[in-house]
Amino acid sequence: MSKYTEDDLREELKTKEYEYGFYTDIESETFAKGLNEDVVRAISKKKNEPQWMTDWRIEAFRVWEKMEEPEWANVHYEKPKFQDIAYYSAPKEKPKLNSLDEVDPELLDTFKRLGISLDEQKKLANVAVDIVMDSVSVATTFKKTLGEKGIIFMPISEAIQEHPELVKKYLGTVVPTKDNFYAALNSAVFSDGSFCYIPKGVRCPMELSTYFRINEGGTGQFERTLVVADKGSYVSYLEGCTAPSRDENQLHAAVVELIAMDDAEIKYSTVQNWYPGNAEGKGGVYNFVTKRGLCENNAKISWTQVETGSAVTWKYPSCVLKGNNSVGEFYSIAVTNNYQQADTGTKMIHLGKNTRSTIISKGISAGHSQNSYRGLVQVSSRAENARNFSQCDSLLMGNKCGAHTFPYIEVKNKSAQIEHEATTSKIGEDQLFYCNQRGIDTEKAIALIVNGFSKEVLNKLPMEFAVEAQKLLEISLEGSVG
Amino acid sequence: MLKIENLQASIDDKSILKGLNLEVKAGEVHAIMGPNGAGKSTLANIIAGKEEYEVTTGTIELNGEDISELAPEERAHNGVFLSFQYPVEIPGVSVTNFIKTAINETRKAKGLEDMPAKDMLKMIREKSELLEIDRKFLSRSLNEGFSGGEKKRNEIFQMAMLNPKLAILDETDSGLDIDALRIVANGVNKLKSKDNAVIVITHYQRLLDYIVPDFVHVLHDGKIVKTGDASLALELEAKGYDWIKQELV
Repeated sequence: MSKYTEDDLREELKTKEYEYGFYTDIESETFAKGLNEDVVRAISKKKNEPQWMTDWRIEAFRVWEKMEEPEWANVHYEKPKFQDIAYYSAPKEKPKLNSLDEVDPELLDTFKRLGISLDEQKKLANVAVDIVMDSVSVATTFKKTLGEKGIIFMPISEAIQEHPELVKKYLGTVVPTKDNFYAALNSAVFSDGSFCYIPKGVRCPMELSTYFRINEGGTGQFERTLVVADKGSYVSYLEGCTAPSRDENQLHAAVVELIAMDDAEIKYSTVQNWYPGNAEGKGGVYNFVTKRGLCENNAKISWTQVETGSAVTWKYPSCVLKGNNSVGEFYSIAVTNNYQQADTGTKMIHLGKNTRSTIISKGISAGHSQNSYRGLVQVSSRAENARNFSQCDSLLMGNKCGAHTFPYIEVKNKSAQIEHEATTSKIGEDQLFYCNQRGIDTEKAIALIVNGFSKEVLNKLPMEFAVEAQKLLEISLEGSVG
Repeated sequence: MLKIENLQASIDDKSILKGLNLEVKAGEVHAIMGPNGAGKSTLANIIAGKEEYEVTTGTIELNGEDISELAPEERAHNGVFLSFQYPVEIPGVSVTNFIKTAINETRKAKGLEDMPAKDMLKMIREKSELLEIDRKFLSRSLNEGFSGGEKKRNEIFQMAMLNPKLAILDETDSGLDIDALRIVANGVNKLKSKDNAVIVITHYQRLLDYIVPDFVHVLHDGKIVKTGDASLALELEAKGYDWIKQELV
């Protein structure tokens, strides 16, 4: 038969290299491998940090040293050798940029291959892009427009220098250094990341966006993001990433803290496409991330994530609904293929009265992958009239993958209303034949069905991101029906 | 248009079609009738290219080209359309989005650009009016929560949009009330031309009151055992299938 069979598809998928698997040869300055107090001090010194910052890092390091790597997640991997990782890497020359012409041409080329055109984004998408290239930000745009509104959007390393009072006040208040193993590690060695402050009553006029990228082989990346939305303000923040193909596992342990003060709203969207490893499950990024937001009175935080990459994902963007009438939302699409493993979900901690939370999780598993949803809904004794709605849907492709749901519900107040719905479905031969009969080939049919399945979440993404996310879903699942 | 010769097919080693011959010319309407389990739906699925069935012998030609080795989507690109007896649900994919994808994929296969959105909308408006389909219906998820009648109307709507050369209507009348039946049949009649052909698979005569066939075939035990004009359908309605079975003995 001349027909393009599923076997052909599977073969093509196996031989399909990671699309963004290239390596940029930019001269980097990398610390020797290993971690101890001296290294932490050296990182701090390198970045010319004030004493309080150095002390904060050292304290975190001492906590981390005594901690154990968590093992409760439904993932299996060879633990990273923490003394085999270099904890600092930065492009040697940090260019002062007035225009794009001053950017290293090779770097620009990298952006091009990633499909990031600064010019285009500036014109079309109205997005200010703060690009993190191997830990140190090298390009920031739209600073001026934001500056006029009093919005601060800059690498956190710069914020430590320029706005120490803000950073000192909020850093570690949502995710304390001793929160967990990876958060402690991040606190000790974080290289860079983004800082964002929206003043009282200001509505940020554009989507703020950061592209992260792992570059140097064997270098862990430890970003730190802090977003503070002052009373009555609004910000939508986009985070997207791709990483080059590497054989060794790369560790990525980021911390993101969001603070939404009274009446403020933060929308945080992520498209994550780290290198997932090859078809045999070799290589790939370990993504152990701590993301948490704090809501004061009447505040709202929405997490939206599309997770397609990484060999192992361990990630639970959460909301602490401290203020009365505050709202937390979590919308997630997690795709796993080949030998990828994901254990992801959220925590909604209801502390204030009349707090509401919504969880919509869509897990798509293909190949030999394992996809777990893990979520906690907690209602404290003082949280009168708390409400939660959770929906966890799993879509399976083939019969070698797994989907798991671990919902935890802890309610200490009788007035709470908690709803949980869960479904599991499979892409059926009948669905594919139906599409085929209408002239839609199997690959396109899968993309169509998956996009339909994920629609509720895709709809939550900002427009330009939704398109990118749809493309990603398509690429991630090419030829995955068996 | 369609020429099937000595078609033999089986599923899971169970023989279903046992040497079927059928020729359909452009401009014709053929009805295929027969008792349950005669192989009617199997025939429809095999023409459309469903993989579960194994064609052991015989040929299927569409406009002189053997299509029996083609993938289902390639047959669709060549103008084969199957109105399903049980259309599947695709949650989250709207009727509009689905048909848009189907049309543009077919155009892509022919080396054409996507249909401009304006033309697409115009055509959707025209065809949905033809089938008395409410605009709101078009933004619902494909077949999800549709009534039997809505599903079948949606099938014929897609047929109208795709404008196939050969349309096979598999039990399109089942699950339809009399009003829906009229609308669907009306739609099919309006789409009929001297350049296309329709095969109507049905149990009952009543659809054939609206879509009048040029030929009626009786399928029994994997073969066409009797062919006649529209009056044969009336005879079958009156007398059932047993007399044909007895004739064969």
